[in-house]
Amino acid sequence: MIAAEVPTARRRRSFVTRGVGGFIVRRLLLGLLTLFLVSLVVFAATQALPGDPARAILGRGATPESLTALREQLNLNRSIPYQYTDWLGGLLVGDAGTSLAATRPVTELLGDRLLNSAFLVLCAALVSIPISIAIGAYAALRRDGAFDVSSSLITLVLAALPEFVVGVALIVLLATTVSNLLPAVSSIPPGTAPWADLEGLVLPTLTLVLAVTPYVVRIMRASMIEVLESEYVEMARLKGLPERRVIWRHALPNALGPTFQVIALNLAYLAGGVIIVEFVFNFPGIGGALRDAVSTRDLPVVQAIAMVIAAVYVLTNLAADIATILVTPRLRTRLR
Amino acid sequence: MTDVGHDRPGPVAGRGGVKEAAAAITVEDLRVELRRTGHDIVADIGFRIGPGEVLGLVGESGSGKTTAGLALLGHTRRGVRIASGSVRIGDTDVLRLPPAALRRLRGGLISYVPQDPSASLNPAVRIGTQLLETLEAHGFGSGSDERRARVTELMAEVALPTEARYLRRYPHELSGGQQQRVGLAMAFANRPRLIVLDEPTTGLDVSTQAHVLTTVRDLAATHGTAALYVTHDLAVVAAIADRLAVMYAGRIVEEGGTTAIFDQPAHPYTRRLIAAIPHLGGRRELQGIPGRAPSPGSRPPGCFFAPRCSMHVPACDDGQPALREVVPDRRARCIRAEEVLTLPPPTAGRSTTADEPSTADAVLRLRSVCCAYGPVQVLHDIDLDLAPGECLALVGESGSGKTTLARSIAGLHKDRTGEILFDGHPLEGPARARAQDDRRRVQYIFQSPYSSLNPRRTVGQAVSRPLEIFGTARGREAEQKATAMLDLVSLGKNYLDRYPDELSGGERQRVAIARALVCEPAVLICDEVTSALDVSVQAAIVDLLARLQRDLGLSMLFVTHNLPLVRSIAGRVAVMSLGRIVELGTVDRVLRDPRDAYTQRLLADTPSLETASA
Repeated sequence: MIAAEVPTARRRRSFVTRGVGGFIVRRLLLGLLTLFLVSLVVFAATQALPGDPARAILGRGATPESLTALREQLNLNRSIPYQYTDWLGGLLVGDAGTSLAATRPVTELLGDRLLNSAFLVLCAALVSIPISIAIGAYAALRRDGAFDVSSSLITLVLAALPEFVVGVALIVLLATTVSNLLPAVSSIPPGTAPWADLEGLVLPTLTLVLAVTPYVVRIMRASMIEVLESEYVEMARLKGLPERRVIWRHALPNALGPTFQVIALNLAYLAGGVIIVEFVFNFPGIGGALRDAVSTRDLPVVQAIAMVIAAVYVLTNLAADIATILVTPRLRTRLR
Repeated sequence: MTDVGHDRPGPVAGRGGVKEAAAAITVEDLRVELRRTGHDIVADIGFRIGPGEVLGLVGESGSGKTTAGLALLGHTRRGVRIASGSVRIGDTDVLRLPPAALRRLRGGLISYVPQDPSASLNPAVRIGTQLLETLEAHGFGSGSDERRARVTELMAEVALPTEARYLRRYPHELSGGQQQRVGLAMAFANRPRLIVLDEPTTGLDVSTQAHVLTTVRDLAATHGTAALYVTHDLAVVAAIADRLAVMYAGRIVEEGGTTAIFDQPAHPYTRRLIAAIPHLGGRRELQGIPGRAPSPGSRPPGCFFAPRCSMHVPACDDGQPALREVVPDRRARCIRAEEVLTLPPPTAGRSTTADEPSTADAVLRLRSVCCAYGPVQVLHDIDLDLAPGECLALVGESGSGKTTLARSIAGLHKDRTGEILFDGHPLEGPARARAQDDRRRVQYIFQSPYSSLNPRRTVGQAVSRPLEIFGTARGREAEQKATAMLDLVSLGKNYLDRYPDELSGGERQRVAIARALVCEPAVLICDEVTSALDVSVQAAIVDLLARLQRDLGLSMLFVTHNLPLVRSIAGRVAVMSLGRIVELGTVDRVLRDPRDAYTQRLLADTPSLETASA
């Protein structure tokens, strides 16, 4: 009680430790630290993979001389710390090394595919977030009604299904056996923007939406119910505010805070979950690239994709925390 | 004595009954029931409130007072519905209104002030906006300029800053008292005819409470607003209400003028309730009411109070007595009300005087004790002695440091300097660093019996566990000791196998007391042990603690914010403010002749029956 009355706000502090800006700076630094630790783990894990990259590239019939020459060329005979610092130093200047299999720079190889995958995830997020917030909020308002009961049941079933099952089911329903409305595979020729073939994007997006929506719906419903039962919503009603204002101004903003956190976790999950979905629909994104790279022991590509996914995790979580702070004045005050 | 009409001239005309025509609000035959079972929560509720008049609706927890209060706004909590009755304001029956009209009425003609302002103001909306939207929703004034002017006027009326910067604050940037003032401003915003206040001062300090009460009284009187003041606190109601309606188990059991009821109650429950509240004026033993109020669905066929009533006769069980006029301007729901009226006033009690104890052989000696939370120092140079067998009360408002002091003695607060001597040897800061015997001999009872007992342990396990920890006894012997201790706190052997959630608040606190006493402590620290309990239960617990302290020769530190309560238990009192002890002396002396300015103000702000009827 007394602590709150002490004028802490007047204490002079630098920008880095103060306000929302300081919070973002601190979190970004922490994010860099996280990525550094991830890089250690990723590098160690790829080193531990069985098999010899040189042999994987040259095939079974390679001569010992050509293998030695290739190892030399790929720095594979240098010490592991040297290989790690070499790789990390490259990452810092935007050079993820050279693909072993395609003998092209990894960045060039992944550029288009990253764009494709990012666009797919973005589409899925733009569709699923508003829809799931709306469904969750509406279910809470009609608690125990027909809509609430059926949406609860459907989201529960969807949450239990792995996305490749959902994907295959959608193909059966919409692209092959039952009806033939949409293409079963999405082929984006190299050099074409992902939005050129929107029809091919529908099924992969839908699969991701169905994979993510249940969680967001359920947390939004739970959080909205809690807010609707709160005393300040009861008070808003008792002072005669129109129901529309009670919901939009008093209930929704307070219910969104916890939901943002779950959305972030799900977006980060999308970045990883996209791999399976891309496989099902033969989508030319990082998922396909990762699969190819693993089977050909193309370590630089595997490492680069793992780092990209880790970065997505860090950034979405940061974005969710910032969004939560923006809808929660109490947290803003604490940062001041 | 029979057939006295409503339009009688009476000696208490100013505070008397309200004529039908003049009433701001008339409630008749109100019944609210559980949707699922149809059991009533409240029934047969009827009263009138005149313009500018304050009616106190008094009851203990579970009496249905909040349910009745909310029903006046046509509102119920989930799973509950208003089954019948009428709530009339002018020609309008609130309970017959369609939803849209009901919405316009709420916050307009009838407004509501909730119990906990920190929970009922939206944390994400600025207070200025919350005030403005109340005016907008009811189309107050002709434009936003007029509404802004009204907000400024309201803020001034409740003595809050009127500048725009203050209005841009969020609720968490205000203190509890300020938040409740915003709640009041909101309630008075549209100049309502009736305002329902639901325990608006619970959780506030006495000085803040006094300000809020004055504000309510003044605003109601100035604007001719009728007010229903729902509360469990008889002392508060004595300070604010013109008339009283006492509720028990969902019924009004007595109704009349406030002073008259306090002087001469007509219902045995009212009588016991008054006997249960501590008085500032003279030392006396508090009398609790044994048993507990029946809940909806398990109420007896006859008078609901009969099972706990000391005046019970067989005729009490022959059906529910009616609320009838006993004397002019007094209604009571008791077949023996005339007899109750003639009993001597319930204020009489055994008076004891306490002498200044000798602190030469103090069991606990505090020297220059300072405590801090991080960079903030909350205790400054506390010197205090606790004599053997003495009960010392530690009184202060929230933030005064009284709980921090109690916790640091018990070793629950680490950041402490200075010396605490126990039986002549110094105690370490954290309890973990203390000798086992020191830990055993200093025991602590927490404020809330709802969170201090492990819900997964039976009462028997909870009470015998300390014995095992300290190696005093185990197995059957521990169980025997636990049983003996439960007997001592008036809980029988059949409580051994019960879990805390099967017990009432008072029973839980008895278990907590037994758990502390089973260790055979030398010093017992009670931290606000009654503040979560109803007054009748509080009285019983205080009575029990006083008896045990006397019989077992305990040294007790009784921490409380309730000044009148101190009278009933302590010999000496230490008054704390802002981390310092500002006054220390015998209870008689400090309450009669306070020397420190802070103590004087605290006493003046404390509502009590005496100051109200004086």
